[in-house]
Amino acid sequence: MTQLHLCLLISSALFCIGLAGALARSNTILVLLGIELMLNAANLNFIAFWRFGPSPAHATGVIFVIFSIAIAAAEAAVGLALIISLYRHQRNIRLQDAVRLKG
Amino acid sequence: MSSFPLLTFLIFIPWMGVLMLASMPHAHPKIVRGLALLYSLSTLALGLLAWGNFDSAAPGYQFVEQHRWISLGVLNVSYHLGLDGMSLLLVLLTGLVAPACLLASWKIERDPRLFCMLFLFLQGAALGVFLALDFFPWFVFWELSLVPAFFLIKLWGGPGASRAAYQFVVYTIGGSAFMLLAFAAIFAAAGTFDFVELAALAHNGGLAAKFSGPVLTAIFLGVLLGLAVKVPLFPFHTWLPSAYAEAPTGASMFLTGIMSKMGVYGFLRILWPLFPAQLHAAAPGLIWLALGGVVLGAFAAMKQTDLKRMVAYSSVNHLSYCLLALFAVAGTGRLHVEASTAALSGTLLQVFNHGLSASALFFCVGLLEARAHGKRGLSDFGGVRTAAPVFAGLCGIAMFSSLGLPGLNGFVGEFLVFRGVFGLAPWAAAIGCLGLFATAYFLLTFWQRVFHGPQGPGVAAFPDLNGLELVTLLPAIGLMFVLGVWPQLLVSVFNPLVTTWVGSLP
Amino acid sequence: MVLPVQSVWLIPALPLLAAGIGALTPRGGRALAAGSAILAMAGAFVLACLALNGSLNSAAPLGSVHAVHNFDWFDLGHGAVRLGWLLDPLAAFMCVMVTFVGLLIFIFSLGYMEPDANFTRFFCFLSLFAAAMLGLLVANSLLLLFICWELVGLASYLLIGFWFHKPAAAAAAKKAFITTRIGDLGLLLGLLWLYDSTGSLLFYDGGAGVLESAALAGLAGHLLAGGLAASTAIGLLIFCGAAGKSGQFPLHVWLPDAMEGPTPVSALIHAATMVAAGVFLVARVYPLMSADTLLAAVPVHALTVVAFIGAITALLGALIACGQSDIKRVLAFSTVSQLGYMMLALGVGSWTAAIFHLLTHAFFKALLFLGAGSVIHAAHHEQDIRSLGGLRPRMKVTFATFALGMMALAGVPFLFSGFWSKEAILHAAHEWDVSQLPLYAGLLAVVLTAFYMTRLVAETFLGQPRTAPAAQAQENSAVMTVPLILLAVGAVLLGFIGTPACPWLQARLSGEPLHSSMGNFFAGGGLMFLSIVLVGAGLGAGWWLYGRQLRATAEARDPLVVASPTVMAALANRLGFDELYAATVGRLNTLTAALADGLDRWVFGGFINFLGMLGVFSGMVNRQVDEDTLNHGFDSVSESIRGSGRRYSRAQTGEAHGYLRVIAIAFVVLAFVLVLGGVR
Repeated sequence: MTQLHLCLLISSALFCIGLAGALARSNTILVLLGIELMLNAANLNFIAFWRFGPSPAHATGVIFVIFSIAIAAAEAAVGLALIISLYRHQRNIRLQDAVRLKG
Repeated sequence: MSSFPLLTFLIFIPWMGVLMLASMPHAHPKIVRGLALLYSLSTLALGLLAWGNFDSAAPGYQFVEQHRWISLGVLNVSYHLGLDGMSLLLVLLTGLVAPACLLASWKIERDPRLFCMLFLFLQGAALGVFLALDFFPWFVFWELSLVPAFFLIKLWGGPGASRAAYQFVVYTIGGSAFMLLAFAAIFAAAGTFDFVELAALAHNGGLAAKFSGPVLTAIFLGVLLGLAVKVPLFPFHTWLPSAYAEAPTGASMFLTGIMSKMGVYGFLRILWPLFPAQLHAAAPGLIWLALGGVVLGAFAAMKQTDLKRMVAYSSVNHLSYCLLALFAVAGTGRLHVEASTAALSGTLLQVFNHGLSASALFFCVGLLEARAHGKRGLSDFGGVRTAAPVFAGLCGIAMFSSLGLPGLNGFVGEFLVFRGVFGLAPWAAAIGCLGLFATAYFLLTFWQRVFHGPQGPGVAAFPDLNGLELVTLLPAIGLMFVLGVWPQLLVSVFNPLVTTWVGSLP
Repeated sequence: MVLPVQSVWLIPALPLLAAGIGALTPRGGRALAAGSAILAMAGAFVLACLALNGSLNSAAPLGSVHAVHNFDWFDLGHGAVRLGWLLDPLAAFMCVMVTFVGLLIFIFSLGYMEPDANFTRFFCFLSLFAAAMLGLLVANSLLLLFICWELVGLASYLLIGFWFHKPAAAAAAKKAFITTRIGDLGLLLGLLWLYDSTGSLLFYDGGAGVLESAALAGLAGHLLAGGLAASTAIGLLIFCGAAGKSGQFPLHVWLPDAMEGPTPVSALIHAATMVAAGVFLVARVYPLMSADTLLAAVPVHALTVVAFIGAITALLGALIACGQSDIKRVLAFSTVSQLGYMMLALGVGSWTAAIFHLLTHAFFKALLFLGAGSVIHAAHHEQDIRSLGGLRPRMKVTFATFALGMMALAGVPFLFSGFWSKEAILHAAHEWDVSQLPLYAGLLAVVLTAFYMTRLVAETFLGQPRTAPAAQAQENSAVMTVPLILLAVGAVLLGFIGTPACPWLQARLSGEPLHSSMGNFFAGGGLMFLSIVLVGAGLGAGWWLYGRQLRATAEARDPLVVASPTVMAALANRLGFDELYAATVGRLNTLTAALADGLDRWVFGGFINFLGMLGVFSGMVNRQVDEDTLNHGFDSVSESIRGSGRRYSRAQTGEAHGYLRVIAIAFVVLAFVLVLGGVR
C-alpha cells in the first residue's frame, strides 16, 4: 500500500461521510456541510495525484485546488444566503419542506 | 453675431422649457404657466433680435449654421439651419401667436404642466420646420410636431376629439409617408438632402437628368401629397374642420395660425424650387383645386352651425388664396413679372395675416364657448354685443380683418393675391371673387346671429373681457391696424426675396 | 389762404381722429365724443373751404386743374404700390358739401340721439363714416379710393345696424353690406384689370396716370373678344361698384332697408356720404368711362349702359315711392330715383350736371331726412304717414323747411335748386344722340316725383292728427331746427351756381372758361316749359288726390289703392325685388353652400372614410386568416409540447434529497460501470 493509496482511501472515506451527511440530514445547513466535505474529498484527490504523479515539479494540482476552494467559498456564501431566505419564507430550514419548485 | 447660434437657440429654447417643466413635477400651476409663457416668448425676443440683425436687402439665407450630423457610409445628413425673409416672417408669426395661444389656455385646469410641455414641444418643432434647410432634420421636425398636436387635441379636446385627433394624425402621416418615400428616391439619386443643393441641382436641370420622366413625376406627386394634406389643399382638407373644431382653443389657434403655414412654407421652400417644371405642368389643374378651396371652402363655411367649424372652413378658404397665387405664378413663368411679384408678396402677406386674424377669431370663438359653458352653435347666442361691447368690438375687428376689409391687415395680402392672379389667370381671379363674397356673407351672418338681435338665453350674464383676455387679444388687434395701414413693415422683410424668386422664374 | 394738396389728407384725418377719440371714450364721455366729432367736422369744413379756394384760384391753366401729391405705400418688387392725394374742383366742391351737410347732420344728431345709451359710439361711427367719405373724395388712386369705399361700407354697416338689438336693423345692415359688396367685387375686378393693363392705379401722375391720355388711348384701343374695348369692360366693372353703392337698379334693394338706422344716419347715407360715392366714382373716372365714345365699331359704350340703368332706376324709384307709406321709405325711394337721374346725366355725357344735381340733392335730401327725423322724434318714432297728419300748426319750422325741401325735390321752377339741376340733366338727356328714351323716363319721373312729394307733405302735415303720437308732437329744440333752416337756405340758393345763364359750377368743375349771358337763361325753353308743366301736373294730381280731401283716419284706404289695389300692392311691396332675389340669388347661395358642405361631408370626407374602412376591413380579414389558419397549426404543435412538458415535470418533485439521492445512485452506477467495464 503506497502513500497514494492511503490518501485515496482517506478521501473516499471523506466523500462517503459527506455523501451520507448530505443524504441523511434534514437540516439544510448540514446538507451544505456534507456537500463541502465531498468537495474537499475531491480536493484531497487533486493534491494526492499531483504529489505522487509523474511531474510534481509543476504546481498544477495546487492551482486547481485553490480555484476549487475559492469556488467552494462562493458556493457557501450563495448557499447560506439561500438558506436565510428559505428561513424567511417558511420559518425553518428543513430541506424536506422546501418543495415549492415541485413541477 | 456670426458665431452665436441664434437659430439653434430659437428652436431649442422652447424644448429646454419642456425639459425644465418635466423636471419640476410638483410646481404650482401658476409657476408652470409663467415659465411656459416665458419660454414661449423667447421666440418673439429672438425673432426680433434676428430681425434687428437681418440684412433685409439680401435675399439669401442668413445666420446659417451647418454641421455634419450623420455620416454613415453614403448617408450624409447635415444639421443645416438658415433664415431668409420668408422664414423670418414665420418665426415672427410664431413668436406672436404662440404666447397668445398659451395665454388663451391659461384657464386649463387639467394638468397644465403637461399641456404646457406639449405646447412648447410643438412650438419648437414648428420653428424647426421653418428654419431647417436639410430634408432630414426638416422631416424630423415636421413629424415631431404631430405628436404634441395629437395629444393636445385628444386629451384636452371636445367630445369628438379622439376621432378628430386620430384622423388628423393618420391623414397627415399618410401624406408624409409619400413625401418620405419621394425624398428617399431623391437621395438615392442625388446623394444629398440639402434643400439649397437640391434647389441648385433642380435649377440647372441636374435633378431631372437623374430620373426618367414618370419617376420624377411620381416623386413630385409624393411631395405634393404630403404638403397638400398639411396646408390643406382642397380636397385633402376634410380632416381640418373636425380637428380645428375639437381641439382646445389654444391648440386650434396654433393649428390654424402656425401649423397650416408649415404646409404653405413647404410649398414655397421645397416643392416649387425642386420641381419647377412639374409644378408648371400641374398648375392648371392645381389652380382649380385651389379655386375649389377658395369657393367651396367659403360656401361650406356658410352652411356650418358650429362656430369653430365655420372659422375652420374660413381657414381653408384663406389658405387656398396663398396656393392659388403660387400655382398661378408657377403655371405662368416669367411672362408677367409685376403680377408674379404681387402674387408672391400677397401669398407671404396672406400667410402672416391669416395667422394673426384666424387665431384671433378662434380665440374669440373660444371666449364665447367658455362663457356659454361649452356651447358654440350659431343659434346659441344673440345680442352678445349688449352684454359685452368691448368683446364684440374686438371680435368684429378680427372678423373684418379676416374678410379683408381695407385698413386692416387682411386686405393688403388679398389685394396683392388677386392683383397677381388677375394678371396671370384672370378667370381664376374672377371665380375667386365668389369666395370673397361668401366670406363676407358667412362672417357677417356669424356676427349678426351671435352679437346682434335680441339676447339669447344666458347671454345677459356674459362678462366682458377681463384683463387676461385683453392682453391676449389686443396685441393681435393692434397689429391688424398697423399692418393694414403700413404693410411696408412686413414687405420690407421679404421683398428682395420675392424679387429674386421672380427673377429666377423660367 | 389755401390748402396745398400735400396737406389735403388733413380733411379726412380730422374726422378719423375724432372717430378714434370716440372709440376710446367710455359711455359716459358724451360731451367729449360729440364735441370732438363736431369740432373735427367743423375743422374739416374750414379746410375744405380753403382747399376749394385754392383749387378755384390756382395758377394752373384751365383744363389742367388736378393738383396731386403721390407717395409710395409699400415696395413691390423693383417698384412700389403708390397712393396719392388729389385736389381738383370736383373733390373740393364735394368736400365742402360733405363737410357742411355732415356738420349739420352731426349737430342735429346731438338732439336726435340724446336719449340713446350708445351716444358716444354713434358719434364715433358718424365720424368714421365722414372720414371714409372724405378720404374717398381726395384719393388720387383707385386703390385708395377703394379702401375708403370699403370703409364707407363698413361705417354704413355699423350705423344702419346701430340699433342692433332690433333683428330688422341687424338684417338690414348685413343686407346693405352684402349687396354693396356684390357691386364692390365688380369694382375690385375692374380695378385689378386696370392695374394689370396700365401698371398703375393713380388717377393723375404727370402723364402716367390711368385717367391721362396715354393710358386711356391704350385701353380704348385694346379690343377684346366680341369687339368690346378694354376701357368699356373696365368701366362697366367699375360701374358695378358705383351701382351697388348708389343704389342703382338692380342693386337698389338695400337702400330702403337702410332706413332701419337712426334718421341722421339715413340723412348722411342718402345725402352726403354713401350713395354720393357711386356717382362721384363714375364722375371721377369719367375719362375712362368715356374713352370708348369715339369708337364707332364697338357693340356698346360704357356710358350708354350707365344712362339706361340710370333711367330705369329714376323711373322705378319714383314709381315705388308712390306706393310707400313710411315717411322714410318714401324718401328712400326718392333717393333711388334721384340717383338714377344723376347716373342718367353721367351716362348721357354731362358729368357736371350730375355733380350739380348731386350737390343740390345733398342739401334738400338732407333737409328732408332731417325734417322727417324731426317729425319722428316729435311723434315718438311714429313713421307711418297714415298715422301722422296735422303737424303743421305745432311744428312750424319743421313744416316750413320740409316744404321747401319738398319743392326743391319736386323741381318747382326758378326759385329752387332742384329745378335747375334737374333741368341741366334733362337738357343733357335731350341732347344725347344715342336715344331719347332716358329723357322720356326722366320726364315721367318728374311727374311722379312731384306727385309723391305732394302726397307726403299733405298726409304728414296737413289736416288733423290721426293718432295720439301725432297729436302730442311738439316742435323740437333749436339744435335740431337750426340745421334744418341752414339746409333749407342751401336747398333754395344752391341752384343759382349752375343756372343755364351762368353755369359757374359746371365751368369750374370741367375747367373750361365760363360763358355767362342772360340770353342763355331760356335756352332750350321748350323743354324747360314742358318740365314745368309736368311738375305742375304732378303737384296738381297730388293735391287732387290727397290735399283736396284729407285722410280722415289712419285706417282709411288710400284713393289710389281704391282705384287699383293690385298695382299699389305691388308698389308697396317694392315690385317684389326682395322676393325675387330671395328666390333666385338667395336660394342659389343656399344651394351652393349645401352643395359645398355636402361635397365635403359625403364625397371627400366619404372617400377618406372609405379608405379608413378599407384599412379596417383588411385588418379584419388579416386577423381572420391569422387566427383560423396559421395560428391553428401553431396552437396544436405548442399544445403537444406543453403536454409532454407537463408529463416530464412530474419528475420535478422539488425535494432536494430526492435529487441528491438520484445523483448518488447515478454516481454509484457510473462507478460500477466504469470499474466493471475495465476503463483504466
